[in-house]
Order: sequence, then structure tokens, then C-alpha cells
Amino acid sequence: MNNHNTLLDIQNLSVEFRTDDGVVKAVNDMSLQIERGKTLGLVGETGAGKTTTALSILRLIPDPPGVITGGSITLDGEDILAASKHQLEKMRGSLVSMIFQDPMTSLNPVLPVGEQIAEVYILHERINKQEAAKKAGEMLELVGIPASRGRDYPHQFSGGMKQRVVIAMALACNPKLLIADEPTTALDVTIQAQVLKLMKELKSKYDMSMLMITHDLGIVAEVCDEVSVMYAGRVVEHGTLEDIYEHTAHPYTEGLFHSIPNIDARAHRLIPIPGLMPDPTDLPPGCPFAPRCSYAVEECSKALPTRIQLSDTHSVSCILRQKEE
Amino acid sequence: MKDSTAAATMGKEQSKKRKRSQMTEIWRRMRRNRLAMFGLVIVSILIIVAIFANQIADYNTVAIKQNVVERLQGPSAEHWAGTDEFGRDIFARLVHGARISLLVGVVAVCIALVTGGILGAIAGYFGGTVDNVIMRIMDIFLSIPILLLAIMIVAALGSSMLNLMIAIGLASMPTFARIVRASVLSVKDQEFVEAARAIGAKNNHIILRHIMPNCLSPIIVQATLRVATAILSTASLSFISLGIQAPAPEWGAMLASGRAYIRDAPHIVIIPGLLIMITILSLNLLGDGLRDALDPKLKR
Amino acid sequence: MHKYIFKRILMMIPVVIGVSLLVFMVLKMTPGDPARVVAGSEADEATVAQIREELGLNKPVLQQYVDYMAGMLHGDMGNSYTTGKPVFSEILSRMPTTFILAFAGVLVAVLIGIPLGIISATKQYSILDNISTLLALTGVAMPNFWLGLMLILVFALQLGWLPSGGVTSWQGYILPAVTLGVGATANFMRTTRSSMLEVIRQDYIRTVRAKGANEKRVILRHALRNALIPVITVIGLQIGTLLGGAVVNETVFSLPGVGMLMINSINKKDEPVVLGCLITFAVVFSLVNLFVDILYAYIDPRIKSQYR
Repeated sequence: MNNHNTLLDIQNLSVEFRTDDGVVKAVNDMSLQIERGKTLGLVGETGAGKTTTALSILRLIPDPPGVITGGSITLDGEDILAASKHQLEKMRGSLVSMIFQDPMTSLNPVLPVGEQIAEVYILHERINKQEAAKKAGEMLELVGIPASRGRDYPHQFSGGMKQRVVIAMALACNPKLLIADEPTTALDVTIQAQVLKLMKELKSKYDMSMLMITHDLGIVAEVCDEVSVMYAGRVVEHGTLEDIYEHTAHPYTEGLFHSIPNIDARAHRLIPIPGLMPDPTDLPPGCPFAPRCSYAVEECSKALPTRIQLSDTHSVSCILRQKEE
Repeated sequence: MKDSTAAATMGKEQSKKRKRSQMTEIWRRMRRNRLAMFGLVIVSILIIVAIFANQIADYNTVAIKQNVVERLQGPSAEHWAGTDEFGRDIFARLVHGARISLLVGVVAVCIALVTGGILGAIAGYFGGTVDNVIMRIMDIFLSIPILLLAIMIVAALGSSMLNLMIAIGLASMPTFARIVRASVLSVKDQEFVEAARAIGAKNNHIILRHIMPNCLSPIIVQATLRVATAILSTASLSFISLGIQAPAPEWGAMLASGRAYIRDAPHIVIIPGLLIMITILSLNLLGDGLRDALDPKLKR
Repeated sequence: MHKYIFKRILMMIPVVIGVSLLVFMVLKMTPGDPARVVAGSEADEATVAQIREELGLNKPVLQQYVDYMAGMLHGDMGNSYTTGKPVFSEILSRMPTTFILAFAGVLVAVLIGIPLGIISATKQYSILDNISTLLALTGVAMPNFWLGLMLILVFALQLGWLPSGGVTSWQGYILPAVTLGVGATANFMRTTRSSMLEVIRQDYIRTVRAKGANEKRVILRHALRNALIPVITVIGLQIGTLLGGAVVNETVFSLPGVGMLMINSINKKDEPVVLGCLITFAVVFSLVNLFVDILYAYIDPRIKSQYR
């Protein structure tokens, strides 16, 4: 599995949040890989553990209460979980960058945006302030903002413009992996398309890998090569775009598709997934999706389904598929 | 906030029951906060002592009766906190002092609450020019430090206990005006108030029935904290001889008259000061605890 | 920026007028006839009436106020009833003492309170955090004048290290400044701590960490400046409390400042001096708030742009 072409390899990662109200098992025994130059979509409902997984890669899970309890993360050959504080600081922003969900709050309100971009250069490259400012200006131009606006403060930009600034900041040092955590959720639909297009262009220009976290299957279809579907802290299905869209294997993935309105089949009723995600402080012993699953059989709530390969690229964790074999 | 809509449709019995369970929830949160419980216990003791001051030590024969033979004695079995420069029992004076401090503090806060609350509610509810005029006047009050404002009012009216209460009360008024106004503004346009207005409720009914319950928590918290400020201001004013006059055993006045003897009988100064500190500390802890218990969202 | 400052100054004028008018009106409510006080109890009605005329006391109150403020602009705040000296120069000569005291108090509080707050926030629930929280709680609860007396007891009377009062040398300011600063220190510490805790949970701090900044840079360059915004409000408010505290402290340490002058004058019913002192305090406090607001705009760019 671990060939030289794999940039990010997460194996059996588990993350808990130890709070007063109990232990929240946010990520459970979760694995995923991203190849160099490829984009992986991480899909799931709010609370499925997508953001926690992403923050683990940067080791930015708030601690306390968050604790990584097991597994391994290997990024470009480096063991992230064993890295020292200093090593992590060197990696963040240069080897791996992250774009956060809400551009409104992800920029420091009291510093000019140009300065915030230039900071990345000052942190990772041995250059002086003037050069850093110049490069920050070039970066702004690259994302479609005049360099002169670098002197302005975040509150003087619109949401879409701010997200462009955040993208410029994330790409400044040419990272090998870009993590985008719902980068367009907080934006207007027209702006969403612009920002996505920009990200796609820059991704191929710099030949980066990307981890695209989203709950929007439309975005996945547009930008991703492969997809991992996450539920209650686990990957329940993984495959290429074609595997997931054309040969949907997991009932949860199927549910996600049924929840999207479809213009070509308006007569077709929307079928929302009934119920809510299980309480992460008290996960059921069997398949976590069983209580909401319309195909569930008695065995589903007894033991966790094992992962089975349906093809070279397609895997799923569901007892129904085990039986078929 | 949904409470009020729900309560309106529910039967009175049910809403009473709900309120009771809300109270037990608040109490449960309070009890977990050890510092707040410490504050509550001390404040309760002070209130009991203040109420039964005369049973503990008679005012005329003990608290203000001079007895020069026994002057400036240190703490002993007979005089728990020693005696002052006139031979009066300091413990008895502190007990009666608690009565004065709490009375002034509570009355002053009531004055502040009523005046500030009414002005704030009017300003927030009616808005526009009324709001502007009232709040600019409050700003002017706020732009003078509380102690200076109190000094000014006492200087004009003369120093008596009533004037002291008025002075400290008026000085704290803008705080309550602001809280009430802010709460009114935040709930004024919410659906349940609009709904009440739509079914024809009168202005004052809306303010009293729907808006006031919503700003109760910040008011309770501020009132507790303000009693502390008021007691501290009373002591400060009495210390600079603008507050309660001798021979009344006010804590600050006791410090003022005792300071001449600080070298030979430091207990005269140390003990009343410690008591003021513990009182203020307890009220502050109680206020902070109440804030956490009443508004768990704010707790971190 | 200049436009903002200019607007802020314009906005201050009605406040200064309002404050001084309030002080003026309240003091005019004082029972008793000031002309009678000046004339002395033995003077006859004609003399009292004449003095009333001289002092302009028979004019309407509002007219008296306008005259007073006009005089103040020329450095004329009337004469003391008891000493006959001009109030303006009396206050001016005592101003430095009060200013040094208040400034030293703020300085002590800023230098100790803010760093302690930062450390407490970054090492939340550590021993240091618990100790400084406890100290802050007692610091706020301690009556200022009592702390002053305790410091005198220990450092002046018992140890004999520092003078117990007066301003014959700079050492005379140490105990008063510390006394005055303790309450404010506690306040600044608590505000800095809670505001810092609030800020370090913000998204943009996570962004800074994601850029690869180390903890020191995260705190000092990014979090602190945001965290200081509420602290500055508290500093502004606290300076008012400090001015009030200075009044009491001058009594404790027998410092010949404006506060001491005012209290003596209240006891002697010397109305012009009391009025002068109160108006001076009110104007100074308004100026301090103006300064704080301008400082605000330097730290928080969002405020400035509201005034463009």
C-alpha cells in the first residue's frame, strides 16, 4: 500500500475529545491515502469527524480536550505523530497548508492582509520584510486581487475576496498538500464557482495534492479524483469518482445521493436519511449506521463490518456486501 | 427566550413547574462551584448577623458606649476583636457595622436598579429621541468616576445615611440603565414580543411581562456585584469623613478613627479592613458564580 | 486618522459641557447661602446682599454657569471663600502630585497586570494561573485605603524602609502608587486573561498556527493585539476609578494633591474650590477617555474605517 507515490497515508487513526460530559470518539480507526498530484474528497455529514481528521494531519487538534489515541499519519515520508514541536512548525504552511471553512473569521482582523501573507514567507524562507511583502503582492495578484490591496484590512474585503486571500496564504510556500475544509460553504453560489475554479487551476499549476472536505457531492464530482465517505468517525466507502457515483456500495452513500435535489428528475422524491448521527460519546457496538439503515439486518448491530475490496480501487465496510461475496 | 412563548400558551401550573425545575438546575450548577458557595455562605452569615445585631450585642450599651478604662486592648476572650480608642468592643461595632453596610449597599442598589431600570427600559423600548436623550445623560453620569460622583452628591446634599444611599445609588444607575436597555433592544423585535403586540398587548404589559424576565439574569448578577461596590464606596466615603458620621460603627469610619493608633494597636485597623475585604470578596464570588450558573453559555 | 481624531474631539465637547453643567447644577443645590458664608455670621443683610451681587449669585443659574465656564477658559475659577486665593492656581499647583500618583498607579497596573493575564491565559489552570487568579480576586476586594494603611504599617512603621506620607522625595510616591495600582492590576489581569482566552480560540489564531508560527509569535504578534481591545476599555474606565482612589489615597498618605484639597474644602464648605476640583476631575477624565478612544483606533482598524 505504501508506495513512493503516496503523499499522505493515514492508518487506523483514532481521536478522542475528553470533556466533562464524556469522551467524544470523533475519529475511529480511520484510514485514507492520497497520491501525489491527486485530489481526495472527504465526504460526510457535519460531525462525522472530517475536520478532526484534517486537523490531525497538522496536529492542530485543541489539546486539551483532544487526544490522538492511536494510528499513524505519514506525510511525504515524515511521521507526523512523532514529529517535534519545531518540526511541526516547519511543516505547517510549507509542506502542508489548510484552508478553513469560514473566511470571515480566519483572518486576523487587526493586521493588513498583505502582512498576513508575507508572514508565511518570513516564517519559512530566509528573506527580509521587503522581499516577503513583494512576494505577498505577487501571490495576491495570482488569486485575482490587485497587489495594492495588500495594505487593506480583512474587514474591507468581501467573503469571496477573503477566501482568495486565505488561498493565497495557503499556497504561498508551495505546499505539497493542501487541505481545504469546506472552502466554499460560507460563500454565495456564484462566488463558490469562482473560488473552486481558482483552486482547481492553482492545484494543477503547482502540482499539489489536495484533501477536499465537503458535504456537497456536486463539488466532489467537479474537483476530486477519489472519494472517501465518512460516517461517525470511520471511512465507510472509498473509491474513484466512478466507483462512488456509478457503483454506489454503501447504504449511507446511497442515502447521501438521495438527499440531493436533481433537476433532471424533479418528479423523483427526495429521500432524506431518517434519524440523526449516533451520539459520539456513546457509539453503538455494531455498524454505527445500522439504526438509520433501511437494509439493516439483525447482525448489523452486533459487530463492526470489516472492510472489503470490491475492486482495486473500490472498498466498502458493510455486512450486506460481505454476504454477497 | 423561547420560555416566554411557551409559558404563555402553557397552563399556569405547568409553567410554575417548569420554573421550579429551572431553579433546581441553577442551584445544581451553583453548588458545583465551590468559590461561589463560599461566597454564598459568608454573605448569608453577614445577613443573619446584620438582622440579629441587637441580639448579639446591644447598640446603646455595648456598640457605642465608651469605656475609657478598657481602651486599645488587643483581642481577648472578653473582647474577641479587642477594643478601640474609646474602649468600645470592636466585635460589637463590626456586627452593627455589617447592618449599616448591608443596608446602605442594598438600598443604594435598589435605588440604582429602579431608576436605571425604568430609564433603560423606556430608552430601549421607545428608541429614537427618547433613547438618545436618556442615554446621553447616562453617558454623562458614566463619564464621572463613581466615587467622585458620590462625593459630589454628598458634598451638595450634606452627609447623612440617606444622602449616602442616594449618592451611591445614582452613581450606579447608568450601569443598570445600560443592561436593561440592551436586553430590551435584544428581545424587542423577537417574535414572541411581536406576537404579544399583534394580539393587542399594551406597552407597559409587554415591558413587564415579556421583556423584564429576559433581562433578569444580568440584573441579578450586576446587582450582587454592585452591592459590593456600594459597600466599598460607603467605606471609602466614611473614611474621608463624607459618609456615616461618628459614633455610628461604620467599617470605613472605624478605620478612619483608628488609623491614629495604628502603631500601638494595629488590630483596630487590621480587623475591620479584613472584614470589608472578606465581604466584598464573598459578594464578588457569589456574583461571578451566579453569572456562571444563570448563563451556562458564558461559562468556559 | 486625523479626521477620526477630529471627530472624536468634536464628540467630546458636549460631554464636557454636560459633565460640567451637571456638577455645577448639583453643587448649586447645596443648602445654605454662600454669600452668608463669605460675609460671616455677624454681617448684616446689606453686606450679604452686596457680596451676593459681587459674586454674581443673584443671576440665573444657567447664566452663572456660562460666566463660570467663560472664566475658566481664561484661568479664572473664582476665589476660595476661606483663603481668598484664586482657585485656578490653587488647583494647578496641586495637580502634579495627583497626576504623578495616578500615572504611577496605572503604570504599576499595566506592567504587572497585563503580562500576568497573558501568562495565566496561556497556562490556563496551572498553579501560576490559580495563584494569580486568587491574588486578583483579593486585590479587587481589598479596600484601597486599608491596603494603604497596611503598607504603611509594614513598610514605614515596622520596617522603616519608606516614608509613611508626604512627597519630600520620590520614595514618598512608592507606597501610594502601589496602593493605588493593586486594584487596577487585578482588574487588568482578569480582563487580559479572559479576553486572551477568548481570542486564542478564534479561527484566525488557528490560521496562524496552520501557517507554522511558533507559540510565542501566535501569542505576542497575533493574539495579544486582539486581546488588548477590551483591556484598553477597562484601562480607560479604571483611570476614572483611579482618580477617585487618588482622592482617598491622598488622605491616607497625606499627599497635597487635588483630592486632598477637595475633601478639605468640602468639610469647610468652600464651594468654589469644590466646584473647581470636581470640574477639573471631570474634564481630565473626559480627556483620558478621548485618548483611550484614539488609542483604540490605532489598535483596531475596524473602528477607524467607521469614521471615514
